[in-house]
Amino acid sequence: MTPRQDSAVPKLRLRGVTKRFGANVVLDGIDLDVAAGESLVVIGGSGSGKSVLLKCILGLLRPDAGSIAIDGEETVGLTGRARDRVNAHIGMLFQGAALFDSLQVWENVAFGLIQGRRARRPEARARAMECLDQVGLHPRVADLVPAELSGGMQKRVGLARAIAARPDVVFFDEPTTGLDPIMADVINDLIVATTKDLGATALSITHDMASATKIGDRIAMLYKGRLIWVGPAKAVFDSGDGYVDQFVHGRADGPITEEAEAEA
Amino acid sequence: MPAGLSVGTRRAEEPKGHDAVNFLAIVGRVFLAFVQQVGRFAIFTGRSVGHMVRPPFFPRLIARQMVEIGYYSLPVVGLTTFFSGMVLALQTHVGFARFSAEGAVATVVVISITRELGPVLAGLMVAGRIGAAMAAEIGTMRVTEQIDALTTLSTNPFKYLVAPRLIAGVTMLPVLVLVGDIIGVFGGYLIGTTKLGFNPAIYIERTVEFLEVTDVVSGLVKAAVFGFVIALMGCYHGYYSRGGAQGVGAATTNAVVSASILILILNYVVTELFFAQ
Repeated sequence: MTPRQDSAVPKLRLRGVTKRFGANVVLDGIDLDVAAGESLVVIGGSGSGKSVLLKCILGLLRPDAGSIAIDGEETVGLTGRARDRVNAHIGMLFQGAALFDSLQVWENVAFGLIQGRRARRPEARARAMECLDQVGLHPRVADLVPAELSGGMQKRVGLARAIAARPDVVFFDEPTTGLDPIMADVINDLIVATTKDLGATALSITHDMASATKIGDRIAMLYKGRLIWVGPAKAVFDSGDGYVDQFVHGRADGPITEEAEAEA
Repeated sequence: MPAGLSVGTRRAEEPKGHDAVNFLAIVGRVFLAFVQQVGRFAIFTGRSVGHMVRPPFFPRLIARQMVEIGYYSLPVVGLTTFFSGMVLALQTHVGFARFSAEGAVATVVVISITRELGPVLAGLMVAGRIGAAMAAEIGTMRVTEQIDALTTLSTNPFKYLVAPRLIAGVTMLPVLVLVGDIIGVFGGYLIGTTKLGFNPAIYIERTVEFLEVTDVVSGLVKAAVFGFVIALMGCYHGYYSRGGAQGVGAATTNAVVSASILILILNYVVTELFFAQ
């Protein structure tokens, strides 16, 4: 995939993306544009469809209907080398970091370069060390295995792996889940710094509002499979939408709870 | 209205054929689930074999799996076949003595071990050791999103995880069985010469005299088939495991049980193919 420079074409464009599991409609016609270099955060409660949305974009799940285009190229239904070609321009930080247990830290970071791009191991190691330095990890960490690292360090390694291949688009799945507030803020800062450094487009999903407002230029709220609000990150606390207000302020009372009770 | 009364009222209003319809619906669901499983397994097998024979290959990963399956399984396979050879010599001697055919002990031991006991015992032992480990490792990778991470890093999980294990299983099981055969025959020899009073030279002569190439080859073919089945079951159940630690545990159990059953079934099938008159 050759990234286009045409500013009229969004980096990421979703139209009518729908995903069902049996009778359960998880995504119900999602329309979304993310401009090149923009950082968009999708917020929403547990079970609102955030992870499914991300997996559909990454090609891990196939939507039942709709279109997902990256740099104007349709990606739904791509398999094999065509999908690998698209993925070569994508970085992903998983919720639990998803580091490979059997590999050393530097091999994890350089994995996409060695396996995906057939880079030589010495060159890949040099790039891995550079990325580890970028996320604030000491070089001696490179030869450890993931089991020897704390949760925060694993997230940093995951971030280093996500940026190692210098992707155009980086996805973050709940980047601060399971971290203490200080480490969460460190990770947020690293996400902002690394994506800005790469000039990459970022799409994150989270329910951590501190993280959302820090790393996002725009925020979209997903509720019951639909995007009910999209706007600037600064405006999210004054959206005027009852659902968004309740969620971002973490109130127990409000339309979300009432509807959930009514359904029960 | 109390919940119990509500349910009771609803049940009273149900038409007479409702239970029969429910039963048919359950049967239908079970049948559809079965067909879905068979289809999923067939697709998994097809994709696995495709990646097993098509480059690129991962020599480092294949070598690691070969060491895991071949080298680390050697003690358990060796011990199993050694004691089985000893028992076989003892039992054959006792049984054959009833019609004065003790002289056939060496021949019976070698043929039994090369054709049946070697491959089947090695297969079952490796299924317990390696099949379980594969299902647990791949299952853990599945539930911790490591398999998704592979895909996003432009690496096909079938090529990276499944194919090296299948190649190692198919190639290393015959090697293990060959070594197991030798150890098993040696176990029989040891009992034959030290306990049953056979002359060592005559025992060896009887061992070799009636042994045919087909006896050994059929055992090695069985071993290759069992190696494929063990790796396939381990990878399949691990790949589709769901639901955290419990799911990985279930995948491990299913991998060992299904591989063991398939080994016994395929043992008959291969025997029929080789020796049916």
